Amino acid sequence: MNRIDRLRGPGPAKRHNARTLAALTGNPGCARRSVLDAAGVDKVALATRIGFAGNFGQSRFALARGNAFEAMLKADDCELLRSVLDVGVVGYQDLGEDADDTLGARHGRTRELLASATSALIDHPLLTLSIAGQTVYLEPDLIAFQSEGRLRVVEIKSFAIVDGQADSAKVAAAAVQAAVYVLALRELLGADRVSHEVVLVCPENFSLQPVAVVLDVRKQLSTLRRQLSRLSSVSALIDALPDSVSFDLALPPAVLIESLSEVSARYVPECLSSCEMSIYCRDEAAGTTASLGRSVRESLGGVDTVEQALALSTGAAAPTPKQTEAAILLRTAARLRREALGLSSSRSDG
Amino acid sequence: MSTLVALARAQAFAAGRAQPIATVRHLHVHDHPLVLIPLAMAGEANAPLAAMLGTSPDRPRLLFVAQPRNRAERFAFAATLAAELVPYLTSFAGETEAVAVDRGRDVRHRYVDAPQIWVPNTGGIDFLRLFGRSTRFRRVDGDHPVPPTVPLLGQWLTFLAGASEVPGSSLLLNAVQALGLHWASGQSGAEDAHLAAQLAWIESGAAAAREAESGPVAGPATDPDFDNRVLAPLISDSDPSLPAVLHDLLLPAWQQMWRVLSLLRTLPPGDRVALRWDGDRDAYSSFVEHLAESGVPQPRRDGAVAAAARLQRLENAAARYAVQRAFDDPLVMAEYRLTGAAFVGVVTLAAPDRVDDTGKRPVLRPRIMVATTEPVRVEPGANLTSPARPAQKAKVISIARTESGWDVLLELSGGMGRKLVAEPGSVPLAGEQLLLTTLSEAYRPGAAFPEPAETPWTHGGPPEPFSPGE
Repeated sequence: MNRIDRLRGPGPAKRHNARTLAALTGNPGCARRSVLDAAGVDKVALATRIGFAGNFGQSRFALARGNAFEAMLKADDCELLRSVLDVGVVGYQDLGEDADDTLGARHGRTRELLASATSALIDHPLLTLSIAGQTVYLEPDLIAFQSEGRLRVVEIKSFAIVDGQADSAKVAAAAVQAAVYVLALRELLGADRVSHEVVLVCPENFSLQPVAVVLDVRKQLSTLRRQLSRLSSVSALIDALPDSVSFDLALPPAVLIESLSEVSARYVPECLSSCEMSIYCRDEAAGTTASLGRSVRESLGGVDTVEQALALSTGAAAPTPKQTEAAILLRTAARLRREALGLSSSRSDG
Repeated sequence: MSTLVALARAQAFAAGRAQPIATVRHLHVHDHPLVLIPLAMAGEANAPLAAMLGTSPDRPRLLFVAQPRNRAERFAFAATLAAELVPYLTSFAGETEAVAVDRGRDVRHRYVDAPQIWVPNTGGIDFLRLFGRSTRFRRVDGDHPVPPTVPLLGQWLTFLAGASEVPGSSLLLNAVQALGLHWASGQSGAEDAHLAAQLAWIESGAAAAREAESGPVAGPATDPDFDNRVLAPLISDSDPSLPAVLHDLLLPAWQQMWRVLSLLRTLPPGDRVALRWDGDRDAYSSFVEHLAESGVPQPRRDGAVAAAARLQRLENAAARYAVQRAFDDPLVMAEYRLTGAAFVGVVTLAAPDRVDDTGKRPVLRPRIMVATTEPVRVEPGANLTSPARPAQKAKVISIARTESGWDVLLELSGGMGRKLVAEPGSVPLAGEQLLLTTLSEAYRPGAAFPEPAETPWTHGGPPEPFSPGE
């Protein structure tokens, strides 16, 4: 059993997917998330076990609509999908869904099919991406062949595009996920065979009629590449951990929390919407200026803790040479607040 | 975020209670507002599930859709919502007042009051905007006819959602933003988006806020767990207890909304809030007029000229709102003092009778010297204003460093009467404390845009005329 499997304990490993990779790149400086994901730890179960369960469920209504939309597109030999993609008569290959232990075989079939360069819509392909020295399996919605032999990734999403506009956060997330697939395809086939343009298929306006839009994901690709290369240090991180660190869910919560404290996190409020461990990390980070938001931290002159910032603002603490400028700003701000609120005491809290 | 607000957040965290970041109220709170809490069906594009609305805290009215995916029920919901909302919206189109325009050469009329709608959060506004989009083009004849009130509701919602984008407008407001404008909690802005938690920081403190996080949401999105465990079985069984469950779900948010209104009413309104409400009444009056005249629904997307004009109106409104807030509220002005765009000083010398006679005719140009210890980031030649005398301009003649700060020499013009001797009190005297700022309330003229029919080809040419259809 290697070090990574020992970290996780006997439970099955949670697989990375495009969504977790996208989330990972959202906060690349967080060692805790990198280590837990690399080890395939079930973060939902871990957070629940230590008493900091978040709410990361998905509504069954949303799932049902997503599935209905995809089924509709792929019905009758992908008739609707072909018309919206405007691909004409090309083959359709479904590589099928399968269990975890046959992933290697499916990946082999995907590779073969992609190498053959026949025009086709390929459903349920399986790609691999090497993340921090580990092989991660990825399942794009679909890959469409272009006539010039360049591959295009097709991403099917069930959020609506109304009058050519959609929820920007959802489009951004879809673009990053698609960029993960492009990256994986390019690793397999080389950059010139895979287009940096991906096709997003969504329902239009308030109906279920599909509409296809082309997204250029070059920017997402370069961000991803840069951030994934930074992740390469995760093996070194894991090797450096003390032997006592383990996230085996059978261990008592106190031991798990002890283990978590060995791997530093970088909590920011944005984590709350994307990371299953965020409730615990928020609790741990209480009192830091970063936990109030990046912009708060910056506006407070980059001072690390709330206590320190307040002490500098009242003059109770002497600033270090690096904090001189921040201290002047904070003292002035505190004086102006007191003046405007008509307070005479030195502290306005209480 | 300004350092003052960030410091207030830090203080709020340390104190375990929200801290004020405004000394006056910066928005109009209506005597008879309408509170509306929309709830959407997860996954669907703007399918309503329920709404709780009303003008009295004791009488919430619940509207709901038993089968949210059924189009017919969706439009029946729209018709019921219209029956509740449209009468309120049009109830202010009664009494008018005359307003002088074009320097008193003409008059126009505007309604003496306008409606005000409150939703819990920005998500609520987005929901209404999309609901307006999905209903305003509905046909009252043809294959799937809807009652005439449905497209009318769509136009009203589109108008209100558009108004809510104008900085300082109070026609459609959301509680989260309104609270965040006046209080800083000890948590992040992302966490403030939860109305119950944000309100708890103000009313009772940090611990209550954490507890409120796991409580019911204020829409429009439902909790996935609620969807899976409660809502799904109720809908699939067509359970008659659905309205009761939805009522219980929305009631806490309903009560919070009215508490938010009471909280805001405890603050005195800023001096310029009424001015902005005048602008809202103007917008309301012209929209009522538009409905009475052509009644053409707002386009799916603005044409090039309309979009440019709208952008400029929004920019002007944003600039005006920022200045007005600072002039109304010393705590907001303090942000400009921190950055050197405003400073407080004491008048050390004053020459109130100084007359400049170098030009064709002599003009009154008093000079004052202001000594300040605050940072000053202005250049000679800049025009400053003092909120105490907004009609007066103070031109910076020179700035000199002193031992304790700066001496700023200023030349005054305007706001002193028409004679060559200043009206008493119109020129600051030696010893008076004065705030001066680069912010100005001066009128910003609108830019000239071509007629829509003359949109150049670079901007897509003239827009297509309105044609009905989805």
